[in-house]
Amino acid sequence: MNQSARPDETLLEIKGLRIEAGVSAVLVDSIDLVLRRGEVLGLIGESGAGKSTLGLAAMVYARAGCRITGGEILLSGKDLRTLDAAGRRAMRGVRVAYVAQSAASAFNPAMTLMDQVCEGPLRHGLMGRKEAEANAVALFTALDLPSPQTFGRRYPHEASGGQLQRAMVAMAMSCRPDLLVLDEPTTALDVTTQIEVLAKLRELIRDHGTAALYVTHDLSVVAQIADRILVLRHGKMVETGTTAEILTAPSSPYTRALVAERQAAMSGQGIAGAPRAATVLAVEDVTIKYGNLTAVDRVGFLVGRGETVAVVGESGSGKSTLAYAAVGQIEPADGGFRFGDALLPPSYKSRSLDQRRRIQLIYQLPDIALNPRQTIGDILGRPVAFFEKMSRAAVRARVAELLRLVGLPEDFTVRLPGQLSGGQKQRVCIARALAARPELVICDEVTSALDPLVAEEILKLLKQLQDELGVSYLFITHDLGTVKRIAHRVVVMLKGRMVAEGTTAAIFDAPPDDYTRKLLLSVPEMRTDWLDEALERREIWRAGPAPAIA
Amino acid sequence: MEILRFIVTRAALGVLTLLAVSILLYLGTQLLPGDVASALLGQSATPEALAVLRAKLGLNTPAYLRYLHWLWGVVHGNLGSSLTTGTPIAGVLLPRLANTLFLAGYAAIIAVPLAVGLGILAAIREGGILDRLSSTLSLATISFPEFFVSYILIVVFASQLGWLPSLATVYGGMGFWNRIDATTLPAMTLTLVVVAHMLRMTRTSTLAVMSSPYVETAFLKGLSRTRVVLNHALPNALGPIIAVVALNLAYLVVGVVVVEVVFVYPGVGQLMVDAVSKRDLPTVQACGLVFAVAFIGLNTLADILAALANPRLRGSRGR
Amino acid sequence: MKIAGHRVPVTVYIGGFIVLVTLIVILFAPWVAPYPQTKIVGGVWDLPDAHDWLGTDSIGRDMLSRLIYGGRTSVTIALVATFFTMLIGVGLGFLAASTNKLVDSILSRIVDVLLAMPILIFALMVFAVLGTSIPIMIATISTLESTRVFRLARAVAMNITVLDYVQVARLRGEGVGWVIFREILPNALPPLIAEFGLRFCFTFLFIASLSFLGLGIQPPAADWGSMVHDNAQAISFGGFAPLFPAAAIALVTIGVNLIVDWLLSIHALPAGAGAEV
Repeated sequence: MNQSARPDETLLEIKGLRIEAGVSAVLVDSIDLVLRRGEVLGLIGESGAGKSTLGLAAMVYARAGCRITGGEILLSGKDLRTLDAAGRRAMRGVRVAYVAQSAASAFNPAMTLMDQVCEGPLRHGLMGRKEAEANAVALFTALDLPSPQTFGRRYPHEASGGQLQRAMVAMAMSCRPDLLVLDEPTTALDVTTQIEVLAKLRELIRDHGTAALYVTHDLSVVAQIADRILVLRHGKMVETGTTAEILTAPSSPYTRALVAERQAAMSGQGIAGAPRAATVLAVEDVTIKYGNLTAVDRVGFLVGRGETVAVVGESGSGKSTLAYAAVGQIEPADGGFRFGDALLPPSYKSRSLDQRRRIQLIYQLPDIALNPRQTIGDILGRPVAFFEKMSRAAVRARVAELLRLVGLPEDFTVRLPGQLSGGQKQRVCIARALAARPELVICDEVTSALDPLVAEEILKLLKQLQDELGVSYLFITHDLGTVKRIAHRVVVMLKGRMVAEGTTAAIFDAPPDDYTRKLLLSVPEMRTDWLDEALERREIWRAGPAPAIA
Repeated sequence: MEILRFIVTRAALGVLTLLAVSILLYLGTQLLPGDVASALLGQSATPEALAVLRAKLGLNTPAYLRYLHWLWGVVHGNLGSSLTTGTPIAGVLLPRLANTLFLAGYAAIIAVPLAVGLGILAAIREGGILDRLSSTLSLATISFPEFFVSYILIVVFASQLGWLPSLATVYGGMGFWNRIDATTLPAMTLTLVVVAHMLRMTRTSTLAVMSSPYVETAFLKGLSRTRVVLNHALPNALGPIIAVVALNLAYLVVGVVVVEVVFVYPGVGQLMVDAVSKRDLPTVQACGLVFAVAFIGLNTLADILAALANPRLRGSRGR
Repeated sequence: MKIAGHRVPVTVYIGGFIVLVTLIVILFAPWVAPYPQTKIVGGVWDLPDAHDWLGTDSIGRDMLSRLIYGGRTSVTIALVATFFTMLIGVGLGFLAASTNKLVDSILSRIVDVLLAMPILIFALMVFAVLGTSIPIMIATISTLESTRVFRLARAVAMNITVLDYVQVARLRGEGVGWVIFREILPNALPPLIAEFGLRFCFTFLFIASLSFLGLGIQPPAADWGSMVHDNAQAISFGGFAPLFPAAAIALVTIGVNLIVDWLLSIHALPAGAGAEV
C-alpha cells in the first residue's frame, strides 16, 4: 500500500514481548526485534521454541489458551496492542497477512479459491470485484499456477499441495500487505515442489517490496530467503544476526550445534560400501497393489549383512508400502521377499515365530508406536519374554541391558511413555526392536518427526548399534541428508518404480537418471546463493540434451 | 455425475433397509414359543379353537410366503385386519397417521428453527451467557422424561392458569385453530424435549467448524465475526446440522408415542401402545411399519441433503 | 481438587452428591423410609403435609416411602440392563474391530438394520409378541441398545487398532486376547466409562417410559415409571402425585448426566458418539 515510503524505514518493532499459556507456562519471553521495510527475517527454532507464536503475535493474535501479556508490537510506530477490535480487523490481511503451514486445511473447502483470494480486497473495500479478480489472476500468473485465468474456479480439493501453498501466498498478497507472516510455508511439501514454491515466493515478495517473518526449523531453507535470522529456543532469543553471520560464524553454542548438524548432513557421502557379505534380505520383483492402483511396481534389490540400504522417494513413491510388505503387514500382488535361504510367506500371520523375530520395524512417530498405558519395562519386557521364553529375572536383566544399549537410564522401566521426550521415546522403540535380537531392522522415517539435533543423536545411535551388533538396516526416508550420513547403498523410488540403485557415493556423485538428478538438485544447501545456482543449473539441465521430466 | 450416483445409491440403500426392517417386524412373531394362535388363546384353548384361529391367520402356510403375501398387501394399501376388532387396519390407521403428522409437524416447525438458531448462537458466543443458559436448560430437559415435562406443562398451563386444555381431544371436521389449541400443550412438550437434543448437537457441530484452521485463516484476513460465521463456518456446518436435525426428528417419532398417551391424543403412537397391551399383532406390525417408513425416510433424506451441501460431492469446475 | 490431572468443576460435585444420596437412600430404604411401602396411611392423593411429606398415592400409601422403595427397582433394573448392554456392545464391537473383515461386516450389517429403527418401536414389537416381564424387558433393551454401544466401541477400537503399537503387537504374533485386553482396552476405557453413564441415563429413562406406558414393570413390583402411570389421574383432580416420581427420575438422570458431561468433555469421543436415539 505504502509504496512511497523510504525503503530503510522501520516497519515492525517488537519490544519485550511476553506470551503466556494456561496458568503459568511462558511461550515467548522478552523478545525484541526490528524489521525494516522489505526485509525478510527468519525465525529459526525447534518445535516448542515459540517461533509460530511469535510470528502470529505480529498480527496481535494468540491462539486459543494463549495470551500476549507484555511488551509492545509497533507497526510503523503504532502499538498494535492498543488497537480495538475494529482497528485490528483493518490491520489484519491489509497491512499484515498470514500464510499457514498446511494450506490444505487453511482453505475453506466449500468456497472456490478465487472467492477466497478476492475476499480480502473486497471486504476491506480496497477493490471492486473485477479489479480483485484481475489482481488474483495476476498473482496466480506470478506464482506460476496452471492456467491462471481459470485456476480460481477450483475448489481446494481440486488443487495439489504445492498449488494450494502458492494459492495461499496469492491470498495473503491480495491486499498488497507491508508484512507477511510465513509459518513453515514449504515444510509440508516434497523437496522438488519446495524449490518451486520457494523460488516463486521469493520473487514475489522482492517484486512487491514486502517484508516477511519467515518461520521455519530448516536452516537451509531460510538461508535462501532471509536477510537476517533470529534463533529461538524455549521462547527466548538465542542470537540474531545477518544470514551470513549466523551460517558462517554463529556465536552461541546452540546455533553452532544447529549449523554443524546441517553441515554434517550436507557433506556426508554415505558410508563406504562394505564388501558385500552374505545377503540378508532379497527383495525379488515385488509388486503391491491397492485395488487398481499399483503402489509398488516390480522392485528388486538386496540388503547385505551389516549393511544399511536407504530407500529414498517423495510422498507417493511407495517406499513405506514396501517396508510394510517386508514385515508382512501388506501382501504383495506379485514377487516376494527372500530372507536368508527361505522365501518369506506374504502375510505375517503365516510366518514362523523366528521369521517374525528376525525382521523388526521401527516407526516414524514414536508417540503412537508406544502404548501409553504400559510402562517402559512392560513394553520392552514383553518381546523379550515372547521371543525368548525367559525367566522373570532374566527378562528384567535383559530389559536393563537394552536400556543401556540405547543410552537410557535403567530406572526408566517404571515410567510411562507420556513422561518421556520425543527422542527418548524413539530410543525405547529402537530398544524394543532390538529386544527380538533381529538381523534386519526396517526404519520407516524414524528421524523425520524429531528436531534436527535429536535426530542426529538417533542416527549416531543407530550407526553405533550396527557396529556393535552387526544388524542390517533398511532405511526408508525422504531426506537425502539422512541418507548421506547413514547409508551404504541407496535405492531411489518414483511413483512405485525403482529408478536408481547403487552405492551412496556413486548415486550422489553421478546420478544415473533424470529424476535422481532433479531430486539431488532440489535439496537446499546451507548457503545463501544456493537457490540462484540451483535454478540456473535446472535451466541448463532442462535446456540440455537430457529429456526434461514432466 | 458423482452426486446423482450418490443419491441413487443412498435411496436404494434406504429401500433395502426398510425391507430388512419389515422382515424383522413381520418375522418377529416367529420368536414365539408355540405360535400366535396359542399365545392369543392362552393355555386353556381347545384344539378346535386353535385350528380355527390358525386357519384364519393363515398359519398353515410357510412364514416366508405369509411375509410376501403381507408385503404384497401392504404395497397395495391393505394392512390386514385387527385381531381384536376384526376391522381393516388401514381405515383406523390413516386418520390417526394424519393426527400424528399434524402434531409432529407442529412441534418440528417450532423446534427446528429455534434449536438450530440457538445452537449456532451458543457456539458462536461459546462460554457466553446464552451458551451457559442454554446448556444448563438443555441438560435439564434432556434429563426430564417426556411425561414429566408434560405434567409440568399441564399443571402450569391447564390446572393453574387454565389457558389450554389438559387433554388433546380432536375429532374429524374440527377447525384448524381449534386443533392448534388442542395440540399446543403436546406440541410444546415435544418441542422442549427435541430442542434440547438438537441444540446441544448443533452447538457441537458448529464448534467443530469454528475451531478449524480455515476459520482462523478467515479471522486473520481481518474479516468481521458475522462475515466469518456466515461465509466460512455455516456453509461447512450445514451438512452436520442437517444430520442433527434428521436425527432429532427421529427423537420426535419416539417422543410422540409417550406424549400421545399422556394427552390421550388419537395418533399412531397411542394406537400402537393399545395394540401392544391387547397383543393385537397385525395392528402393531402396521404401526411399526409406519414408524419405520417415517424414520428411515427421514434419515435417507438427511443423508442426501447433507451430501448436496458438501462441495466435494457437489463440486465440479465452473459455476 | 483434581482427578487424573483434570480440574473438577462444581457441577460434578452436584452430580456426585445426587448420585451418592440416591444410592444411600435406596440401599438403606427400610431404615430411611418413614413407613412400610404397602402401608395405607391416609386418603387418596392427600396433599403433602407434615405427616406425609410428599402426600399419598392412589390408594393412600405414603408417597415418600413408595418413592424410596420404588427407587430400588428403577435403579437396579436400569443398572443391570446397562451392564448387559455394555457387555454385549463392547464385546462385539472390539471383536469386529480386531478380528477379520468378514466378522466385522456381518456384525455391522446386522447392527445397521437394528439401528435403522427407534429402540422403542422394536421394543413394543417384542412386547406384543412375548408379553412383558422384567427378564424379557432387560434382554430386549440390552440387545437393542447394545447396537449403539457397538458402534462406539468399534469406532474407539478402530482408532486404536490403527496405531502403531497395536501393529507392533500383531506383527510380533500376539493373539486376539492380548491385543484386545492389553493393547486396546486400557486405552479405550475413558470413553467407555462415559458411555456407561450415558447408556445408564438412556436406559433409566427408557424403562421409566415403558412403565409409564403400562408396558414395563408390572404390579406388584413398583418403579418410578409405573408410579407415574398409577397416579396420572391425580392431575385432573388438582393433585401433584405423579410429579414426585417423575421428578425423582429427572433428578437421578441429571445427576448422572452432570458427571457424564464432564467425562465427555475431558475425553473427546469420536464424532457422533452417544448422539443417537
